[in-house]
Amino acid sequence: MIVSRYYIVKRLSIEVKMKILVPVKRAIDYNVKVRVKPDNSAVDLTNTKMSINPFCEIAVEEAVRLKEKGVATEIVVVSIGDKACQEQIRTALALGADRGIQIDTDAQLDSLQIAKLLQKVVEEESPELVILGKQSIDSDNNQTGQMLAALTGMPQGTFASEVNVDDGKVNVTREIDGGLQTVQLTLPAVVTTDLRLNEPRYASLPNIMKAKRKPLDVKSAADFGVDLTSHVSVIKVTPPPQREGGIKVADVAELVEKLKNEAKVI
Amino acid sequence: MAILVYAEHDNQHLKSETSKLITAAQKMGGDIHLLVAGENVGDIAQDAAKISGVAKVIVADNNAYAHQLAENIADLVLELGKAYSHILAAATTTGKNFMPRVAALLDVAQISDIIDVESDDTFVRPIYAGNAIATVKTSDAIKVVTVRAAAFDAASAEGSAPIENVETVKLAEKSAFVSESLTESERPELTAADVIISGGRGMQNGENFKLLEGIADKLGAAIGASRAAVDAGFVPNDMQVGQTGKIVAPQLYIAVGISGAIQHLAGMKDSKIIVAINKDEEAPIFQVADYGLVGDLFEVLPELESSL
Repeated sequence: MIVSRYYIVKRLSIEVKMKILVPVKRAIDYNVKVRVKPDNSAVDLTNTKMSINPFCEIAVEEAVRLKEKGVATEIVVVSIGDKACQEQIRTALALGADRGIQIDTDAQLDSLQIAKLLQKVVEEESPELVILGKQSIDSDNNQTGQMLAALTGMPQGTFASEVNVDDGKVNVTREIDGGLQTVQLTLPAVVTTDLRLNEPRYASLPNIMKAKRKPLDVKSAADFGVDLTSHVSVIKVTPPPQREGGIKVADVAELVEKLKNEAKVI
Repeated sequence: MAILVYAEHDNQHLKSETSKLITAAQKMGGDIHLLVAGENVGDIAQDAAKISGVAKVIVADNNAYAHQLAENIADLVLELGKAYSHILAAATTTGKNFMPRVAALLDVAQISDIIDVESDDTFVRPIYAGNAIATVKTSDAIKVVTVRAAAFDAASAEGSAPIENVETVKLAEKSAFVSESLTESERPELTAADVIISGGRGMQNGENFKLLEGIADKLGAAIGASRAAVDAGFVPNDMQVGQTGKIVAPQLYIAVGISGAIQHLAGMKDSKIIVAINKDEEAPIFQVADYGLVGDLFEVLPELESSL
């Protein structure tokens, strides 16, 4: 009995192809100048242009490329936040994702709570691959992918600059401090993207229109049974100390003289 | 209260980040135990034992830890770490890789990339690519923290801590090391160098980075690059200085043909002395440079090399 069931599962896995889950974050646009609120409580996001976090966009692009190569069959995009983050889900759908899930919450969540919610999504969706950005350009934590991998028991390939899926495995080339490292992971697996993995495309107008009709489920974060209490409180947020500009030197001779005798660094 | 610090090394040498981590740990207070995990790390453990402030060195020497695979290292740190009030690692690609796993499995938050310590539970860290600085307090019993080593001074090397071996072997089955290609260089590493000379888009191509080499050799400098130069394909990503690359704070930083995008400044603005060489006198890099030289880098660089 057990043997025959195993056989059916094996056979199905050949026919049922690969689903990719791509969590994306709504974040301040890359080109916006960051201002701290006068009361030093947070960064001021009032009337600020928001976009899909750049590393998440690379994750969407990689998933779309895997689908175009015939490796993946379905791309599900998930974002956690209030209704506004549907805009970023639609962006991902316009880039080529198939359907979206918004996990609705107003709460300020840390990476740990996000990873726990994503763990539930992974349990529901059973993707073979989860591709996330390595970090968001607002909180700069670089945690969620690794936490999700740990919670789900999936292996991880972080800071990817190359992803190759083959025969139930994925080879991930990683950007490490001294160069590159390649690891082989057994699917299902978690991959986080680095900058050089790909260059995301621009969504075409027809695809933006088409994205409006793609399915987008809204679920309440409260329904997932995850403790959403943050363990971290922000005491204050301040602008960084400003560095004073120095002087202009006239030529190389003056520069060398200053470095030797004034700054004494050479 | 005791603090477990994860030693940064490359299986051959203890890296300079480690003694800076010890300084950060000392600001939190408590006995400091330094974990060296790797393969054939006996000599590294000896060097680790010399760092002042270390009460004990714990060595996990096994092939399972040779390539710092996140799954294996995290499980090891998790098992040892439960006895500590703090677990610290450098915010390098090694620490960033395994530490969030440790935090998640302990069901605690991770505080990433701290640049200062206010107390044993309150830390300072840059957010928004360094455009804002947040002070955050964690309520977790075990504090899992990654540290921007460049923000802390190195502890001295006058100690002699005892060394203890642990036999724990953690070997994940679903991930395996395949290969590594490390950049070979006679020059110091970016994160450890006292002098750095970096090229940007103004270098025009990868070949022209040779113009920096002669100067780097004379100054004993590491060579870096801006993200623009990396994105343009001039040089590999491991040379990138900036928010998305390496964060450095050398004694002298020479920016050549770099306009000074916020993302680059976030990676080098804590350098002691900054020199900017750029033909555009309006370039934002001049606003942070101690010494600015407006000129054509193709004329300035050979002249600089010959006058050193």
